[in-house]
This record gives sequence, C-alpha cells and structure tokens, in this order.
Amino acid sequence: MRLYAVVAAGGFRRHATYRMATAAGVFTNTVFGFIMAYTYTALWDERPQLGGYDTAQALTYVWLGQALLMTCAMMGGGFEDELMERIRTGDIAVDLYRPADLQLWWLAGDLGRAAFHLLGRGIIPMALGAFAFDLALPGSAWTWLAFLVSVALGVVVSFAVRYVVALSAFWLMDGAGAMQITWLAGLFFSGMLLPLNLFPGALGEVARALPWSSLLQVPADVLLGKHEGWGLVRAYAFQAGWAVALLLAGRLLQGVATRRVVVQGG
Amino acid sequence: MDEVPRESPPIAFGERSRVVEGFRAYGLIVAMWLRSTMAYRASFVMTTFGNFAATAFDFVAIMLMFSHVDSLGGYSLPEIALLYGVSGTAFGLSDLVLGSMDRLGRRVRDGTLDTLLVRPVPVLAQVAADRFALRRLGRVTQGLLVLGYALVSLDIAWTPLKVLMLPLMVLSGAAVFGAVFVAGAAFQFFAQDASEVQNSFTYGGTTLLQYPPSIFAKDLVRGVTFVVPLAFVSWLPALYVLGRDYPLDLPQWVAFLPPVVAALCWVPAGLAWRAGLRAYRSTGN
Repeated sequence: MRLYAVVAAGGFRRHATYRMATAAGVFTNTVFGFIMAYTYTALWDERPQLGGYDTAQALTYVWLGQALLMTCAMMGGGFEDELMERIRTGDIAVDLYRPADLQLWWLAGDLGRAAFHLLGRGIIPMALGAFAFDLALPGSAWTWLAFLVSVALGVVVSFAVRYVVALSAFWLMDGAGAMQITWLAGLFFSGMLLPLNLFPGALGEVARALPWSSLLQVPADVLLGKHEGWGLVRAYAFQAGWAVALLLAGRLLQGVATRRVVVQGG
Repeated sequence: MDEVPRESPPIAFGERSRVVEGFRAYGLIVAMWLRSTMAYRASFVMTTFGNFAATAFDFVAIMLMFSHVDSLGGYSLPEIALLYGVSGTAFGLSDLVLGSMDRLGRRVRDGTLDTLLVRPVPVLAQVAADRFALRRLGRVTQGLLVLGYALVSLDIAWTPLKVLMLPLMVLSGAAVFGAVFVAGAAFQFFAQDASEVQNSFTYGGTTLLQYPPSIFAKDLVRGVTFVVPLAFVSWLPALYVLGRDYPLDLPQWVAFLPPVVAALCWVPAGLAWRAGLRAYRSTGN
C-alpha cells in the first residue's frame, strides 16, 4: 500500500513540474469556458429549464466540464501513451518483473496525475467562471464532499477504460487509432460537448448508461444536487459498477497479454 | 567547364529568393512526408476519418441543441451552418498547412531545433512542413460538407459580390489563422511548454466563430474584431452574405476587408517569428 502511495505522489509531482504548461492549460480552459458559457446562455434563453437545469446550473455544468477535462482525462492525456510505448518497445517486460501489480502501479500514478490536474487546472477556471457568471455552487460542505467522491470514481472509470485500450497495443502494435476512437467517445459520451440530459430519445438513454457518463455527467449532477439520499447511492453504485467491471476486464486482458509476452520470449 | 563551383546567391538577391526557397523547401518536405504517409494507407484512412469525426462532433452538438430550439441568438441552423462551414474550412486549411507549428516548443526543449538551424533552408518552412499530416484533410472535408449544407438550405439572394465573397473569406480566413499559428509558434521560443495558449486562439477561435456574434458579450466581440481580428474570418463577410446586421454597428464595407486584414496580420506574426528565432539559445547537450 505504501508503495502505491509513493507512486501516486510521484504522479502528482511529475505533472506539477510543468508549470508553464499548467498555466497555459488554465488559460485555454478559461477561454473555452467563456465561449461555451455564452452559447449555453443563448440556448437556455430560448428554453429555460432545458434538461431540468436552470441557467445558473447549466453554466455551472460548463465550468465543471472545463475543470474536470484533464482530471478525468476525457480527451486522453494520461499514462496511456507511455504504457503503449513501453509495450511497443518491449520495456513492459521489465515492468512485469517488478514486485508490484502492473495495473495498480499505473492506477496509482494516474490518481496522482488526476489530483494534480484537479488542483492545478480545475480550481482557477472554476473560480474565474464563478466570478464572471452567476453559478449554482452548493453551500453545503457535504455536497462538495459527495462531489469529490464522485470525481474520484470517475477518474478510476476513466483509468480503467484507457488501461484496457492501452493493452490493445499488445495485439495492434500501433494503438494510436484505438486511442483516438477512445478519446472521441470520451469527449462525446461524457457530456463534455452537451449535457447528456439533452441527448434525445434512445441516444440519450444509451449515452447515460455508458461508462463515460461517470466522467462528467454524474459528478456534475452530484454537485448540482440532482442525486441525494438513495439517488446518490445509486449514482455511486453506477460509477463503482463500471469501475469494477472495467478494472476486471483490464486484469483479464493483462493476464492474456503477459502470457503472450512469455511465449514470445519478451 | 562543368566543374565550375556554384556560388551561393548574392545577398542583394534578398528577400524574394528566400521566400521562393522557403516555398520550394516546404513543398519538398511535404512531398517526403506524403510518401511516408502513403506507405501505411490503412492507417492514413483511419486517422483521416478520425480527424473528420473529431470535428464532426462539434456540429452534432449544435444539431442536438437545435433539436430543442428553433434559433440560437436569433440565428437559424442553416445560418449557423454557414458561419461554422466558413470558419471550419478556413481553420482546416490553415491547420493542414501550418498545424505542425505547435511542435516547436518540444523541438526547443529537446534540442532538435538545432538540426533545422544548420540546414540552408528557411527554418519557418522546415518547422511548418515537419510531419506534414494529410489526415488533417478530414477537418477541411467536414467544414466543406457543413458549408455545402448551409448553401443548399439557405435562401440567399445571390449577387456576384456575394458569390465572390465565399472563396474570398475562406482563403483570407485561412491566412488569418495562419498568422495566428506563426505568432503562436514564435511565442513558444520564449515559453517552451505553453503550446496550449496557441490552442486557445486557434481551436478556441474557430469554436467562437461557429456561433453568431449576437450571443457573445460586446467586449469579447470587440476583442476578436480589433485585437485578434478573427471576426474578419467568418462573422463580418458571412453576415454580409446573409444580409444580417453587423455587430458593433460596423459599416458595411468592412465585410470586404478580410484580405487586407489577413495581410496585416502577417506583419506582426512575421516580426514575432524573427524576434523569437533571434532570441533562441540552444539548450545544448
């Protein structure tokens, strides 16, 4: 357990060294936050209460999206490139000899990365957004705590998806195409482009049931107070269910892949 | 007789030959990357489609918005499609030609820029053509499709001027975005890992222009008209085509300014690039 805590701290520190990149990222998130906030305002001016949100809640959703974009790696940008590169070059064989679990090792590092991005790229755009627009931020510390738990679960789901896709490099050699499809799906089905409540009919139902809704839609609804009491438990169960299922899938795939490495003589 | 050593072109030859040389070098490097791209055709098709789909999702989001409303900021879907198509195509072209410029920061960091400096070819041409990605045609195609949809579904009283305006704004717009790419790259000489700042002006700019100016705050519209003149890419000329009022009560003739604005944008961009290149100190080994 101590080992993984150290790895997580390493992931945090590693991303904390890119100060200029973080500042540039904050700038970008803020610019996009402003553009989207104006388009959402125009949309909610036409249809107040669209998707069950009032304008302040819709604007809060926009800024949450910007704050969580890197935290939940909705467009990639985590460990996956490095893992795929290690698989491609064969360095993965060294990792498999380490007295640590491969999946937990990468998960710990990614949790550290996510924690840094939540602080480094989440707080400032959110604060600027709250300064410029009327947001519906909760006053209760419990709601914020419930939100953070939901974000943490979202990060694990995001990790689990990217881990499975990165392992595909064992078979595909070049996993870039698979990764591109993954981040496209992540962008669209997380609710980053438009809240999933606004997706019509069956598309909406499917989108809300897919794992990616754990990355933004669910945490946002927790913060906006849409899930309370048993509803909150159900939301957590949804996220945790996907997290467990996808982590197990990754573990299974890892087992098959490592046997393959041994057969090939790594 | 045939062993006469060729002299390097005299300095008085000056700027023009450097520009010609730059274009020639750009063409050669692009051709090289094209050959290497075409070696893996399946991968090329997949990534081009990926590029197409990635940008198409923006428009899908707009269409989903219009499943709930009939107009956004007073504009119908075909009108927004025209804004989207023009800005998307202009940005796509610029991204195709100069999109590799955002790798400059990485080159400065890892020292590979030095390799480009010792070659007798303009550095700008080398950086721009580096890893030329034909897959970016996916973005251009998507922009053109949306533009096509807009032109088919809009009811416009076409005049020769309005017809002329279409290619004019797409090409001038591409040039304006191109200047932003070069200025952004120049900024990376100073802030090596801040390529995302460039993204806010390029990707952010094109996203902004996809929506009508009526939904944004006046100050923001002023900023993208007079400071970073992105409004000349699609808003002003496209509003002329649509016969709509301009933002900020601008006079009608501003719709014809895009080529002038594009040319003006390249002056500070070029100066910034020179200043950046001059200030560059290799990280060494």
